[in-house]
Amino acid sequence: MANDPIKQFELKEYIPLEIGGVDISFTNSSLFMVATVVVTSAFLLWATSGRGMIPGRAQSLAEMAYEFIANMLRDAAGSQGMVFFPLVFSLFMFILVANMFGMFPYFFTVTSHIIVTVALALLVFFTVIIYGFYKNGLTFLKLFVPSGVPAPLLLIVVPIEVISFFSRPLSHSVRLFANMLAGHITLKVFAGFIVSMGGAGALGVAGAILPFLMTLGLTGLEFLVAFLQAYVFTMLTCMYLNDALHPDGH
Amino acid sequence: MNDRKEIDRGLKTDLDGRLREINQRLGRDIDPEVKEKSRRRNSAGMALALRVASEFVSSILVGAAIGYGIDWLLGSSPWVMIVFLLLGFAAGVLNVMRSAGDFSTVHDIKDDGNEGR
Repeated sequence: MANDPIKQFELKEYIPLEIGGVDISFTNSSLFMVATVVVTSAFLLWATSGRGMIPGRAQSLAEMAYEFIANMLRDAAGSQGMVFFPLVFSLFMFILVANMFGMFPYFFTVTSHIIVTVALALLVFFTVIIYGFYKNGLTFLKLFVPSGVPAPLLLIVVPIEVISFFSRPLSHSVRLFANMLAGHITLKVFAGFIVSMGGAGALGVAGAILPFLMTLGLTGLEFLVAFLQAYVFTMLTCMYLNDALHPDGH
Repeated sequence: MNDRKEIDRGLKTDLDGRLREINQRLGRDIDPEVKEKSRRRNSAGMALALRVASEFVSSILVGAAIGYGIDWLLGSSPWVMIVFLLLGFAAGVLNVMRSAGDFSTVHDIKDDGNEGR
């Protein structure tokens, strides 16, 4: 069926590959990931190649992106957090550009697959754990023991803190994936209504204006969500990295 | 400095002064810092709205999953899972309170991001 709302998320193998029994075929998802990385890098390299004292349009866009992330990271994790700037900036640009690519008709949305968002969230999660232990040693475990809590209560509070910590990669990844998936399905469903109502005579064509207006509005909303999800993901990354740097900070 | 302004006002070559004047005449927000802050507050509010629900649910799920795992190891089904489901609920409430706490510190004119977390 032409307007099956799920079909847009199907993986298509372009170059079948298998190494050691593991399927690592080059799919449309891989293609769009490569495209995202290439477009982002190419744009940033091109935009900053002029190194103008007075930035042009492209350069000021690149500088705005830099400052946006640098401020976010500095606000959340302090100036020591800037060691993570390359990671956080790459994450933000990758998610933002992948989400925006998804808004083109017939394009594939990389972030609408949970395996991709889980990989990104686990990357952040393990960075926090490994860097936290590397930097603070066992004092990193203070993260689970809030200061000023009486000893008997720790029996309850520590498991709660542990659950709260381990729930992070789940909420981190599901939020991005679910928003992108649900948004694209809604968009497709309402767009499908236009076609099916348009095929139902003159009254249907007149009525098709309603889902058309809805699709129009939703498209705008989806652009907002595409940006906001990249923003939320990055902001939470900064906050989690802050825990790795200052485990007794809360 | 003040002397120069006195002289330049007549000639209107003082860029800062001219910008301020045109902004005032157009009724724009003059202080760029205040504007930046309110813009950031706005997007922080939307970010919070998107965060709260998923954090609450994911804590409960993770709590239940940890409990299920311990049950599976100890063969004590379903008791540990029940306990951890409730702890997960508490963790969910804690997560929501924490993001709300972040929200209120953003709304104070407190710039120190590390406080009150």
